[in-house]
Amino acid sequence: MILFLEQLLNGLQYGVMLFLLAAGLTLIFGIMGVINLAHGSLYMIGAYAGTLAAMQTGSFWLGVPVALIAAALTGLVMEAVVIRRLYARDHLDQVLATFGLILFFNQSIILLFGRQPMFTQLPDLFSGAVEVIPGLPYPSYRLFIIAVGLLVALGLYLIINRTRIGMLVRAGSTNREMVRALGVDIRLLYTLVFGLGALLAGLAGFLAGPVLAVQVGMGEQILLSTFVVVVIGGVGSIKGAFVAGISLGVIDTMLRAFLPGMLRQVMAGPEADALGVGISSMGIYLLMALVLLVRPKGLFMAGS
Amino acid sequence: MTAILKIENLVKRFGGLVATDNVSLEVMPGEIHALIGPNGAGKSTLINQLCGELQPNEGAIHLAGRDITHLPVPARVDLGLGRTFQITSLLDEMTVRENIGMAVQVREGGNFRIWDALRKRRAIWDETDRLLAGGQLADRADVAVADLSHGEKKQLELLVAMAMQPRLLLLDEPMAGLGHLESQQMIGMLRDISKEAAILLVEHDMEAVFALADRISVLVYGRIIAQGSVDEIRNDPAVREAYLGAEDELC
Amino acid sequence: MNSRILAAVLLILLAALPFIAQATGQSALLSLASRILIYGMAATSLNFVLGYGGMVSFGHAAFFGIGGYVVGILYHHADTETLFWGFIPGTTQMLITLPAAILVSGAFAAAIGALSLRTGGVQFIMITLAFAQMLFFLFVSLKTYGGEDGIIVRRTNELPFLNTRDRAVMYWVVLAITVAFALGLRRLTKSSFGTVISGIRQNERRMAALGIPAYRYKLFAFILSGMGAGLAGALMVNVLRFASPDMMHWTKSGELMIMVILGGVGTLVGPFLGAAALLSLESVLASWSEHWPLAMGLILLVVVLGTRGGLMALVTRLTGGRK
Repeated sequence: MILFLEQLLNGLQYGVMLFLLAAGLTLIFGIMGVINLAHGSLYMIGAYAGTLAAMQTGSFWLGVPVALIAAALTGLVMEAVVIRRLYARDHLDQVLATFGLILFFNQSIILLFGRQPMFTQLPDLFSGAVEVIPGLPYPSYRLFIIAVGLLVALGLYLIINRTRIGMLVRAGSTNREMVRALGVDIRLLYTLVFGLGALLAGLAGFLAGPVLAVQVGMGEQILLSTFVVVVIGGVGSIKGAFVAGISLGVIDTMLRAFLPGMLRQVMAGPEADALGVGISSMGIYLLMALVLLVRPKGLFMAGS
Repeated sequence: MTAILKIENLVKRFGGLVATDNVSLEVMPGEIHALIGPNGAGKSTLINQLCGELQPNEGAIHLAGRDITHLPVPARVDLGLGRTFQITSLLDEMTVRENIGMAVQVREGGNFRIWDALRKRRAIWDETDRLLAGGQLADRADVAVADLSHGEKKQLELLVAMAMQPRLLLLDEPMAGLGHLESQQMIGMLRDISKEAAILLVEHDMEAVFALADRISVLVYGRIIAQGSVDEIRNDPAVREAYLGAEDELC
Repeated sequence: MNSRILAAVLLILLAALPFIAQATGQSALLSLASRILIYGMAATSLNFVLGYGGMVSFGHAAFFGIGGYVVGILYHHADTETLFWGFIPGTTQMLITLPAAILVSGAFAAAIGALSLRTGGVQFIMITLAFAQMLFFLFVSLKTYGGEDGIIVRRTNELPFLNTRDRAVMYWVVLAITVAFALGLRRLTKSSFGTVISGIRQNERRMAALGIPAYRYKLFAFILSGMGAGLAGALMVNVLRFASPDMMHWTKSGELMIMVILGGVGTLVGPFLGAAALLSLESVLASWSEHWPLAMGLILLVVVLGTRGGLMALVTRLTGGRK
């Protein structure tokens, strides 16, 4: 029971990370119609910039603004130089151009910082553990990530539903042509949305630093899962990204934690472990296939 | 004589809006049945239900005695339903000849053959050339559709539909956007075609409707308010009411 | 006629390549050429659904990998003298392994295509990717077949009367299959079915109004394409003597797409040019610097953003605009 609860919290923490990435991606997807494979690169850049700043200054908290600024700046440059030319192109061109960006960013990072993974020091405030329920001490930093994720979700909810920008965003993800026809400065809206997405990706990357290793390729590891979240949630839907992100985070974590053990009851140890890991890795993709077969546009298709 | 197309109490709702309100009508073999009505009357919605792109909420559609209400588009085509699109919808990368050839090929079958040479299926191309011969598009046969004028595309739509040898043709505003001369040509073409297939003609151009139709149904706000011969419709007070303000358009 | 002469010259050059490689001492040339031909076949197969059929599959490496694993698994059971699923004996006869690879990858394509084609657009891209990832992780977890290390195939499949262990002979076998494959595909695109598929790409609504239920035609195209990719994978394992889950990794699907785009979408020769360009670029850049992906990324960006129609459009322009 304790173990189950611990894994549930782990899943929640992973789900929140997925949401932070998926929120930006789903908006970029829904509003601009661009498949951005390089979204994971922004996550990586946020992680590197923030971690380096934290290591130089010795302060975790100084890493936060640096990560945000670095990711947002990279995002804005990326939008202006590459993405902007892809709006009118088909998905194929978008996939390939942003695939090129991945190669470029990954190799640039290797060139600058090498292949050695880096680890961020935990902030003093959250270096300990909290006894969530009696008998279950849980790292407070992970609780902090969950709290940040939920706060961001709340903030996004308020922006989307209560502000003029949010109204345009909603309209844009429902009917792109209409927003264009309204005479809104669409370019500015696009830049804002892309910048926001980059910001959230950078935040997620930096927060992930102390939990996972900061290394080249970290973006792609989480990128595919993020895409699964976006597609399951429904392209353009923040609500979908939230629901799907949290669910996938929990399901994926649970499968990894408990499936090998369950398989070990029916087959030999090493084989059970290998198969368990394999099937848990397949889990989210299987889920996506199932969801799409029932709802070809995802759970919360914007505007439907 | 049984009707080739029989629509019974068709209803289509979009949310609270009733776009098709209990519509019933019949098209007899050899007949041109015109469907007219002001903008927003629900003509396109009705056409889309007939060809299968939209599902009605209630009612039934029969084609030559068979219930086709829930059949998908291609299955209706197999039973003899042909259509043209209001906004022309053709294979833009192919030529005029290839577009007609495609329609003939689909009808002839063998569409899963992966080892034949389409160019050598003589039956298809002979028939295509017969359809083209003598028509306005005869000397434009090898022009890509993307390079055709609007009027030419409208004519090609009709030729493609004829290549399918339908029993019933749904024509969605074949005159739209045509100049006076082109309209006259189109009326001539339609008159020829009506010898081979029954036609349900949705049209704004009253001159064309009155020149062609055997019977007319008037659709207003999704409901049929009058049905009858050209003269009956011309003198129907309810129709005049519906077209109030556009009265000159009627005569 | 110009292009026929060009094709003939190219073919003679390709056929003479083992001698050229030997004379110049560039033995690596032969393996590069084999890989180009094989990847070219896989990319051409992808191009059939993507360029002719308008279906952007982001999971085609799955079929490439399945084809490869059929060869690998059959070898494994022949080598250990065990039975697959308890009743299928292994074999190293190419006349059996290649058709088996084609059939099995076709069966996988049928299952994956039948499900994926119910969606469209972005969802189709992602669901094909998802199925490929599932297969990738499945093979990673199969310890019997080497898990993530894959299967080493110590002996190339045998053909009657030919010594396929001679790299030059194997190269000729690959070349012959490639030529037959390309000619077959050319025929396919000009067949009744090929024309219908092209029609569906141009305007699915119009084709429905003509009486074509797009789904089953697209599925058939998807299966054919999966078979082609499976054949390429089976040959690749024969050339590399190695089958691993990396063959179906999503980046491999991406590479196949790059080859198609680089060469020219919807052209017959394009994907071969794309494969040649990508693989030679890779080996040239790799010999200059370990940081070659940086340059590759930039080149990819320039190609996608700056050109329309890929290398094939360039060739067409250079040879006087004839298609």
